[in-house]
Amino acid sequence: MLYAFLCCHDEAVVNSWSKEEDAAVLEKRARVTDKLAASGKLGPAVRLMPTTAATTVRMGREPVVLDGPFAETKEALLGFYLIDCDSLDEAIDIAKQIGRDEKVVFEIRPVKLFLPKGKMPAQGAMKGEMIS
Amino acid sequence: MNEVVWIDSVLRSARPQAIGALLRYFRDLDRAEESFQEACLRALKTWPVNGPPRDPVAWLIMVGRNVGLDDVRRRSKSAPLPADEQISDLDDAEADIAERLDDSHYRDDVLRLLFICCHPDLPAVQQIALALRIVSGLSVKEIARAFLVSDAAMEQRITRAKSRVARADVPFAAPGAVERAERLGAVAAMIYLVFNEGYSASGGEQHVRAPLCDEAIRLARLLLRLFPSEPEIMGLTALLLLQHARTKARLDDDGAIVLLEDQDRAAWDGDMIAEGAALIDKARRHGRPGAYQLQAEIAGVHARAAKASDTDWAAIDRHYAALERLQPSPVVTLNRAVAVSKVQGPAVALAMIEPLAEPLAGYFHYFGLKGGLLLQLGHGDAARVAFDRAIALAHTPAEAAHIRLHLDRLMKESRPA
Repeated sequence: MLYAFLCCHDEAVVNSWSKEEDAAVLEKRARVTDKLAASGKLGPAVRLMPTTAATTVRMGREPVVLDGPFAETKEALLGFYLIDCDSLDEAIDIAKQIGRDEKVVFEIRPVKLFLPKGKMPAQGAMKGEMIS
Repeated sequence: MNEVVWIDSVLRSARPQAIGALLRYFRDLDRAEESFQEACLRALKTWPVNGPPRDPVAWLIMVGRNVGLDDVRRRSKSAPLPADEQISDLDDAEADIAERLDDSHYRDDVLRLLFICCHPDLPAVQQIALALRIVSGLSVKEIARAFLVSDAAMEQRITRAKSRVARADVPFAAPGAVERAERLGAVAAMIYLVFNEGYSASGGEQHVRAPLCDEAIRLARLLLRLFPSEPEIMGLTALLLLQHARTKARLDDDGAIVLLEDQDRAAWDGDMIAEGAALIDKARRHGRPGAYQLQAEIAGVHARAAKASDTDWAAIDRHYAALERLQPSPVVTLNRAVAVSKVQGPAVALAMIEPLAEPLAGYFHYFGLKGGLLLQLGHGDAARVAFDRAIALAHTPAEAAHIRLHLDRLMKESRPA
């Protein structure tokens, strides 16, 4: 069975970490996840940008686009897509296409760190990938 | 991360909301700060034993309020003060507080707290110091270090600023839409000041002042979380991120300025650039360009260029032209002239900055650019005059050293072979 692990944390707290503190947390986690990666158990790992970078598309007869993260509590997170978009406009457009005739809500959040095989790369190796 | 460090970061991030709410209850900045401080001490004692509360901000406000009320009651017994008039919302039930504590309710509290620091009578340095002390919770020692003054001098400045804002009579009712927008504009400008204070420093001081940039970004993010649909706050946050992304590459090992075109772009922070770009993208959809958005766009054009020669100067020219229309200023025109010189050549740019001679007569960058343009046009002597003037106007040793490099080059070239 594949399990998704959704990481929930107090954003203001995480944002107040220094670069060193942040790196220390990632390093601590990597001690576990790198082992999982070596045994082939680990899938993609993603770190999202802050919720301030989020845009929410609420589908309905007229889709509504809102700034900020998805904030309701009635709906639950049931799944997600990872899509390579040229711009936020394209991302919103895709959300509208996928959600046509549904009452789904999409929170569109840019990705900060994407590790296709879950493993942390050697220091600095991510750079080229992240800027592009 | 051990528990104490964790609690510390929770207290730090809860600070603006908690003090903002306590200020609304007590209408007294000192009392709000003191009761928050006391609540933090209790948190450090009880959280490790009982575990952290579900909503730390609500916990801190509740405890801080009770501490402050006890204190007021004690004092009102010994002194005949009309305590009730100083305290609002005396009979709030605790359940009621817990219910009301979501971001939308913190919004005006935090905005008010930030706005208090922006009092127009306060000089920029005092606004910044006050915001860092009250909102960010930096110690007087840390702030004094950032401004390169003694602890005692900074303490005095902050005390003076506090007594000034205490007399300012900022209204405590929820602000109307226009008032809220005005406060937001003033607060954004103050956050930009905090950032600039950290960013414009150079030379050996730089490592001391970088925390000011981090604080400014934290404040901008906080503001954006509370006002998620304001394109100018998106622009401000993006601008700070995009500029801060270049910090490591701005000075060489000797503390000398490295020009944008000579910077090692691999040393730019890719995370910050990506986040800044995402925020510009969001802001653009609103179709309401503003000064921060346009400046962020400009920083974004630079950030997108993998090499300096890839820079889309025509786009930068366009953004500066828009900024000129929105906020005409000689400095904006001067900056635009840099882009124009790349697109249309140094002669056009030189003609463009000619009318700025008077308004920018005391401006280092005016003479730096003028000298550079004259040099490109082959007017060595006139360039030297402009560079000499620039050195005389330089604020930091790094600025002067940079111009001296040009002069040295001129000297070499003019020497007979």
